[in-house]
Amino acid sequence: MSKSREALIDPLFNNNPIALQVLGICSALAVTTKMDTALVMSAAVIFVLLFSNLFISVLRNQIPTSIRIIVQLVIIASLVIVVDEVLKAYLFDISKQLSVFVGLIITNCIIMGRAEAYAMQNPPGMSVIDGLGNGLGYGVILAGTAVLRELFGSGSLFSVQLLPLVSEGGWYTPNGLMVLSPGAFFIIGFFIWGIRTWKPEQVEQD
Amino acid sequence: MQGSVGYNLGFAAAVCFVCAIVVSTSAVSLADRQDRNAALDKQNNVLVAAGLATDDEALGAVEVARRFEPITQVIVETTTGDVSDGVELTAFDQRAASIDVARSRPAPDNSARIMRIPHQALVYEIRDEAGALEMAVLPIEGLGLWGTLYGFVALEGDLRTIRGLTFYEHKETPGLGGEVDNPRWKGLWIGRLAFDDDLTPVIAVVKGTAGPVSDAPYEVDGLSGATITSRGVTNLLQFWLGPDGFGPYLTRLRDEGGAL
Repeated sequence: MSKSREALIDPLFNNNPIALQVLGICSALAVTTKMDTALVMSAAVIFVLLFSNLFISVLRNQIPTSIRIIVQLVIIASLVIVVDEVLKAYLFDISKQLSVFVGLIITNCIIMGRAEAYAMQNPPGMSVIDGLGNGLGYGVILAGTAVLRELFGSGSLFSVQLLPLVSEGGWYTPNGLMVLSPGAFFIIGFFIWGIRTWKPEQVEQD
Repeated sequence: MQGSVGYNLGFAAAVCFVCAIVVSTSAVSLADRQDRNAALDKQNNVLVAAGLATDDEALGAVEVARRFEPITQVIVETTTGDVSDGVELTAFDQRAASIDVARSRPAPDNSARIMRIPHQALVYEIRDEAGALEMAVLPIEGLGLWGTLYGFVALEGDLRTIRGLTFYEHKETPGLGGEVDNPRWKGLWIGRLAFDDDLTPVIAVVKGTAGPVSDAPYEVDGLSGATITSRGVTNLLQFWLGPDGFGPYLTRLRDEGGAL
């Protein structure tokens, strides 16, 4: 497998930021009650990750080591503010639902982690691919969690009612756990279990 | 030279400068669109409070304007309750007025921690063909846990019964105080009485479950895990419905109703 292909595909299942590194859990719990918020959040994270990796990689030989973390944060924070402004202008409803969680992308460990672990050592092209791959890895888990949570928690997908609810005269009693954050914990736990059963080399040794 | 204090400072300044330009450019260039969205969202919330729209409807600008047709926007003097003239409706910005010394006055001590009351306030009225009041929607605001909650309360024509309540802007914790947005909780307000028989605003958010309207006409279920937000909602409603808030305006409407 070529190196760039590896950088793109690896974070999806082999080295998933949520499932293996267990980073970015906070937002994964918060924004996955519905598909549209989960996908917009994923897109926002992919954008920030891609460009933060790009800019930090371009500057990697100029950034003074003693202030590198704060420089990375300034770049990440600026990108997040731009994303937040764009969402407020073009996707107002979703940005209202995402509320603070767009701003909290700044503190998402995946982004700082990739900047520090990858973009500071690798050339821009590879860093962009790495950012895209990790963003997609985050998005895959978010989308998977949101499908289950929205379907079983509200009986719908993308706000289209698929399972008629008892309260609306249908037959489906929604699972209240799914709309609460603990529901996401269980689902992500099952994903991690599933991926590690499939790829036993991910299991940590005691 | 890399690693020297001068280089570090220079580098930091350059990065900050470029980032500041990017951030301010995006903020300024998108401001118009964001303001339009915010204004539309505010109107939509008036409709939701008034029961003319529901939360899960995503209304476009055209539909919001159509449903707004029966609603009259009125600017009233908060001290007397009279309709104020000479204030341009389109240019009126109540939030700007509240912090403008010339257009507001200090609020008396209050538990909602409202600092200033604007001289004028924008209210929304629906009247029938004979001119009798069917509904009044009042802007409300007050402190919750993390910041100010901005919203609307709609009163039926009797000016005692609550028709609906919404908050269109707040900074409360999602899942806890943020549940002020929950349609189920907002639904609990419908039909409750804001005022007791002496016309004192007594509506309150209580700890735990309040029960159906018939058992607890003046009480609404508390938000679990959000004591301060719940208390804030009680305080701000009692303030704005009381004599320092929209009391004079409501009194005028009641007198007018008696005359009709």
